Amino acid sequence: MIVLSDVLILAAILFCISVAGIFINRKNVIILLMCIELMLLAVNMNFIAFSHFLQDINGQVFVFFILTVAAAESAIGLAILVVLFRNRETINVQDLNSMKG
Amino acid sequence: MAQISNMMLLLPEIILLGFACLILVVDTFSTDPDHRITYVLSQLALVITISLVFYLHTGATALAFGDVFISDPMSSALKAMIALYGLVLFLYSFEYLTKQGWVKGEYFVLGLFAILGTMVLVSAYSMITVYLGLELLSLSLYAMVAMNRDSASASEAAMKYFVLGALASGMLLYGISILYGITGTFQLNELNQQILQHSEQTGLLVFAMVFIIVGIAFKLGAVPFHMWVPDVYQGAPTAVTMFVGSIPKIAAFAMAMRLLVNGLEPLMTNWQTILIILAVLSMGIGNITAIAQSNIKRLLAYSTIAHIGFLLLGIIAGSQQGYAASMFYVITYALMSMGAFGVVILLSRKDFESDLLEDLKGLSDRNPWFAFIMLILMFSLAGVPPFVGFWAKWFVLKELVASGFIWVAAAAVFFAIIGAFYYLRIIKLMYFDKADETPALEATAQMQVVLSLNGIALLIIGLSPGLLMALCLSSLL
Repeated sequence: MIVLSDVLILAAILFCISVAGIFINRKNVIILLMCIELMLLAVNMNFIAFSHFLQDINGQVFVFFILTVAAAESAIGLAILVVLFRNRETINVQDLNSMKG
Repeated sequence: MAQISNMMLLLPEIILLGFACLILVVDTFSTDPDHRITYVLSQLALVITISLVFYLHTGATALAFGDVFISDPMSSALKAMIALYGLVLFLYSFEYLTKQGWVKGEYFVLGLFAILGTMVLVSAYSMITVYLGLELLSLSLYAMVAMNRDSASASEAAMKYFVLGALASGMLLYGISILYGITGTFQLNELNQQILQHSEQTGLLVFAMVFIIVGIAFKLGAVPFHMWVPDVYQGAPTAVTMFVGSIPKIAAFAMAMRLLVNGLEPLMTNWQTILIILAVLSMGIGNITAIAQSNIKRLLAYSTIAHIGFLLLGIIAGSQQGYAASMFYVITYALMSMGAFGVVILLSRKDFESDLLEDLKGLSDRNPWFAFIMLILMFSLAGVPPFVGFWAKWFVLKELVASGFIWVAAAAVFFAIIGAFYYLRIIKLMYFDKADETPALEATAQMQVVLSLNGIALLIIGLSPGLLMALCLSSLL
């Protein structure tokens, strides 16, 4: 039998992996976008678990909103990535350092 | 629940949305390379929005759409301000884009969507509407920052803004999910009551609150979540920087008010402690780092961070008067910030951004009037009386001392004095240094008139701050 805390721990682990991915990754911007997506999905898992165990439909409605926004967000992220690659011919995170101070 | 009379409360947003979609289509079919029709229609949309906000303003509090949308005096006042500032911003931006020779209709469409997002955020009364308003605002801004497709620094700034912004929304959502798990509701008023009933779970509630504060602090650009601010301000085209630096700050203030004050008020002592740390760090790091800058957009970015610290002080005070002082601060700060970037736009020419401090050298010889306007703006930002920036700081500090946070107020004054240095250095550059070259300023008559009015408004509000303060107080009581 799956209890609430099992799902919450799994979601928390996924969330931590995605945050760690954003901070540790130094190579590729696409991995950053994947980490952002993973983070939103980890949150969705939280919402669905709470929604199920509280017997309240609102949490699942919120998940649909998050999914929709996440789709728009990754579209914009990829568009910026294309513009970045056209200008710099690299998507290496370490090369994004032209502004300092 | 969802009666037609309640739908009327959303009329400004609905009309603005309709106009934004209409302008998107009109711009696609328009063959005018200057996009003048798009610009005029956008201004018209904002004028209609302002008049609708005034028309629907009753001074009463009403809920709509299953209690997720609130119309209260604060939302009406902030919406009117946001749309008014939008008019000025579009005028400055059109000037800049015309000068640089890349007027794009998307700028105005995305700008209108961003304004719509701030209006939804200002009226949000459920965590769902907070999230949707915030994302509508942020997604428009990411695209606007990357709008100059041939600029390497703009696309780099957009990427940094996007990744950190998405991280902050993720944090905010995680906090919201934990709050939902404890209380079983998204509606801010019910949340407030549920927290009182779940006082045995304070530890978990504070855990969720920390994630929500991270989200708010990122949107405001408070230290230590300020990493994106200098890069975005410097990398983005000046018209976009001006947009990022004004209206979203008002939205972030409203978001903090809705979530922390309307939603999480029972946890006030906890969030006060966290906000004090954020505010003192912001004022310190913002003011000290700004001294070392040679790029005026980057300098204004660090100055923004310092001002955000001051803005938080009014919320920390935790009283109605304190919130009103913060609202006064954010409204006047946005006006000053628009003016300062307006001067940068005024000095720019085709293929010349004029964003270095050196470019301001000898401005008083080149154009005494706009040097004087810049003088007003800098004195006001530094907090010199009788300009409005002084009163903004004064009201915030007064309420902070009244609530007993005397050492925080002392730190704020100390950092404000350090901050005065770099504002005064700009005045020194304008009045006491000689310009290397003196090309004439290129500016249309309307730009000159509005920028002058913008500067003079700071002096006029500064001479009679009571009126605006009374408005802020009445909209929060």
